[in-house]
Amino acid sequence: MAKAYTPGLKVTARTTYRVRRLLPVSGDVRVKVGDSVSAETVVAETFLEGDVFPIKVAGMLSVNPSELMPLMLKRAGDAVQVGDALARSKGIFGMMKTEAKSTAAGTLESISESTGMVIIRGAKTPVQVRAYVAGKIIEVIANEGVVVETDALFVQGIFGVGGETWGTLMVAGKSHTEDLLEEHIDASMKGAIVVGGARMTAGGIRRAREVGVAALICGGIDDADLRDVLGYDLGVAVTGSEKIGITLLVTEGFGDIAMAKRTFQLLLAHVGKMASVNGATQIRAGVMRPEIAVPLGEASSGEIFTGGATAGILDIGTPVRIIRDPHFGLLGSVSALPEQPAVLGSGSKARVLEVALESGQRVTVPRANVELVGD
Amino acid sequence: MRIVATDCGSTTTKAILIEEKDGVFRQTFRGEAPTTVEEPFADVTLGVANSVTELQELSGYKLIADDGTIIRRKSAADADGCDLYISTSSAGGGLQMMVAGVVREMTAESAKRAALGAGAIVMDTIASNDRRKPHEQIQRIRELRPDMVLVSGGTDGGDTKKVIEIAELIAPARPRPRFGGEYKLPLIFAGNKEARQTIERVFSGEGFALSVVDNLRPTLERENLGPARERIHDVFLEHVMAHAPGYDKLMTWANAPIMPTPGAVGDILQTIAKGRGINVVGVDIGGATTDMFSVFGGVFNRTVSANLGMSYSISNVCAEAGMDSVLRWVHLDMDERELRNRVKNKMIRPTTIPQTLEALVFEQAVSREALRLAYIQHKSFATTLKGVQQQRTVGDAFSQKEAGGSLVDNMALDLMVASGGVLSHAPRMEQTALMMIDAFEPEGFTEIAKDSIFMMPHLGVLASVNPRAAMEVFERDCLVVLGWCIAPRGEVRAGRPAFEFSLRRANEVVAQGQLIGGEMRLVRFGHGEIGMLEVRPERGLDMGAGPGKPVTREVRGGAVGIVLDARGRPLKLPTSAVERRACVEKWLKALEVYE
Repeated sequence: MAKAYTPGLKVTARTTYRVRRLLPVSGDVRVKVGDSVSAETVVAETFLEGDVFPIKVAGMLSVNPSELMPLMLKRAGDAVQVGDALARSKGIFGMMKTEAKSTAAGTLESISESTGMVIIRGAKTPVQVRAYVAGKIIEVIANEGVVVETDALFVQGIFGVGGETWGTLMVAGKSHTEDLLEEHIDASMKGAIVVGGARMTAGGIRRAREVGVAALICGGIDDADLRDVLGYDLGVAVTGSEKIGITLLVTEGFGDIAMAKRTFQLLLAHVGKMASVNGATQIRAGVMRPEIAVPLGEASSGEIFTGGATAGILDIGTPVRIIRDPHFGLLGSVSALPEQPAVLGSGSKARVLEVALESGQRVTVPRANVELVGD
Repeated sequence: MRIVATDCGSTTTKAILIEEKDGVFRQTFRGEAPTTVEEPFADVTLGVANSVTELQELSGYKLIADDGTIIRRKSAADADGCDLYISTSSAGGGLQMMVAGVVREMTAESAKRAALGAGAIVMDTIASNDRRKPHEQIQRIRELRPDMVLVSGGTDGGDTKKVIEIAELIAPARPRPRFGGEYKLPLIFAGNKEARQTIERVFSGEGFALSVVDNLRPTLERENLGPARERIHDVFLEHVMAHAPGYDKLMTWANAPIMPTPGAVGDILQTIAKGRGINVVGVDIGGATTDMFSVFGGVFNRTVSANLGMSYSISNVCAEAGMDSVLRWVHLDMDERELRNRVKNKMIRPTTIPQTLEALVFEQAVSREALRLAYIQHKSFATTLKGVQQQRTVGDAFSQKEAGGSLVDNMALDLMVASGGVLSHAPRMEQTALMMIDAFEPEGFTEIAKDSIFMMPHLGVLASVNPRAAMEVFERDCLVVLGWCIAPRGEVRAGRPAFEFSLRRANEVVAQGQLIGGEMRLVRFGHGEIGMLEVRPERGLDMGAGPGKPVTREVRGGAVGIVLDARGRPLKLPTSAVERRACVEKWLKALEVYE
């Protein structure tokens, strides 16, 4: 068997990209099949149940929970404002009455005779789901959401922080090997998706946040700079909910590493178009990688991509990226797939392959330490 | 008799074949295939059939029928099929639970112990005194998406108000189950029996499937975790497993209930500890989590350190321990900035393996810290019951032992069992042994073994249907004995004698000598060899019989041998980087760790 199955990241010039846009709880879908939508179009909305505020009313009146009911001034289902009297004690000979006032606004949900606790349910909060990419609605999932489809340039990154955003695609710097520096960012990039080359430097990130860049896309990032941006050391790669005012996405990994030339050139070819970016990354069961989608129009490519992890067959000639030291980040193609396991420098035995690097050099690495590049 | 056992993990399904030959049960073949719980397959039995097909190819027995099911033998004369099929599962993230109790250190802790012992990951523990405000607790409950909830609180006949208060927080928060949809969230009540009626009323609304079992803390002095644990297993099968793709089919295949993987590991370790009358610590270090098990004085405890692992969580280990703590175990030159980036690269590409010796040394350094932190968490959880009033005598005033003290005592520890990638797949057994010794700091005489091919889950379930088969396979094929660690408790003085030793086999002296404070030495003593080891510690150092008192014990040989460790306990590394590196290098050399 001269083939092996290995993971990879999708980077493709054109694919039919489908994305499910679902509400967290059931609600109303605002569009219908066939509608054209922009990234900002609200496709579904609903209200989330309000927060719950427990108030120990019996304790506030110094009565037993079982004595509370006749003292209640509000009943289950009543609207309540902050400061409203919920219950009033009998007092002494009708004098010195004590009132238990609400500390929350909403609806009185329940009164417990066991514990004397009153539950106030806060106002519902509206939730809207937007289309995220410009395209057509091809399916409506009743009360839940829609599926949007578009033909797009599609790039999966390896890691990102920050959530969904969209804007005009712009390029900072001249090549895929150039680090993104402070001077590459200017005020015209406000709200844009900015593509840099190699590592995004601390200065570049700082300037991008000051200017209001929507997303930065580069080959790499330094761990120390990520820590500065987040304000903490990231322990596990489950991201997407950070509130840092910008989405950061790296295509290759941590450290000084250039963006793959092909990825850079593909993005460069679409400068000026609207792009959608999601930095959310989850590296656990059900892996999720960050992504960039640039809608291209309606012509169909035939191939359909719905996100998630990708994988393919390793064969002689397959383009790969080495993803572990001592050759981390180098690109090449598979030149041999030996059957027998080999002893590594570490002393471990593992199945290996030989990679012909772009420089012409040939190196042997464990099969687990490469990933596919390309479509 | 022929037994097929599988363990359906998050990524791979592992199958083993156990056969009775000449009256003895042995594990004979092993197969592995990707787990097929997730899309596009969404049927766990496909992965099971694939892994058993590998057994079939290796063994030559036909085990899988044309329709993809496991073939059963009608009689021992049948050439094809097996007599028994059993399985464990941790696919899809395992069993995830939220637990609640009234007092954090008492009923809530007992509830947590019950959930962990049943093999669950505890997502959060809600208690009246957990320092969160009620609305913060409700917010947290709403954010979690557990598979089930365990509520305890109050002793039988005691106050009911507090436990009802906790229930009244959970009910309106309406935690959404992980599987969503029409699934009713299973909620087990194991608290004050006087509160049952009210609890039933509180959870009578939509969305909960309530079941009530005996109080897990009927009195302050007694824990009764059995009924809650059993109910957790039942609910796991009835609700959680039944909603996972293909499990309904798998359950009909199996001859015994499918168990959560860590629950099965706990069962086999308890069986071993009981059978041999010893105290055991077992560890399974994975990519995302580290499971720790212990049995001391017959009391079983399990903890899961959710974010201590060697790939998905490697960055968290470095953040929690601090890079300085990791690097203290490293004897090679390494650039910290580059290492930090490498750690993050491992986190985002968790399946890569170390290619160079430098990368291996670093990963093994991280593992020491992951294990050390997980053991600290375990020791603080595996305690005697808190909140128990004790009658004290004058003598007790000097022992400093109080309620809630840790049950884990490194001097009383007899056997450490290592499992998980970084320990099981280390290129040299000496590496596994030293990682365990550095992280756990065993005292006195401690045997070290590793789970050869992560077979403990299978044997845990097997113990429930055929204990003899489970024990025989555990002793013969599961455990690989590495050897012994001999280390005194107490502070040693560098350059001064720490202890003398003499190892005899029959009447012949195999090895003898003296260890100096700070020194380590390896005496090769091979598998199957049995000897008597006498150790005479210096004044102030304890080998188990008291400071300065000699100890003689029987030791069995292993793949590594006998590690004599005169570094003292607690283990202290020199503060100066140059001295520390020289020391580490000396120890690695003495134990032939990287040679």
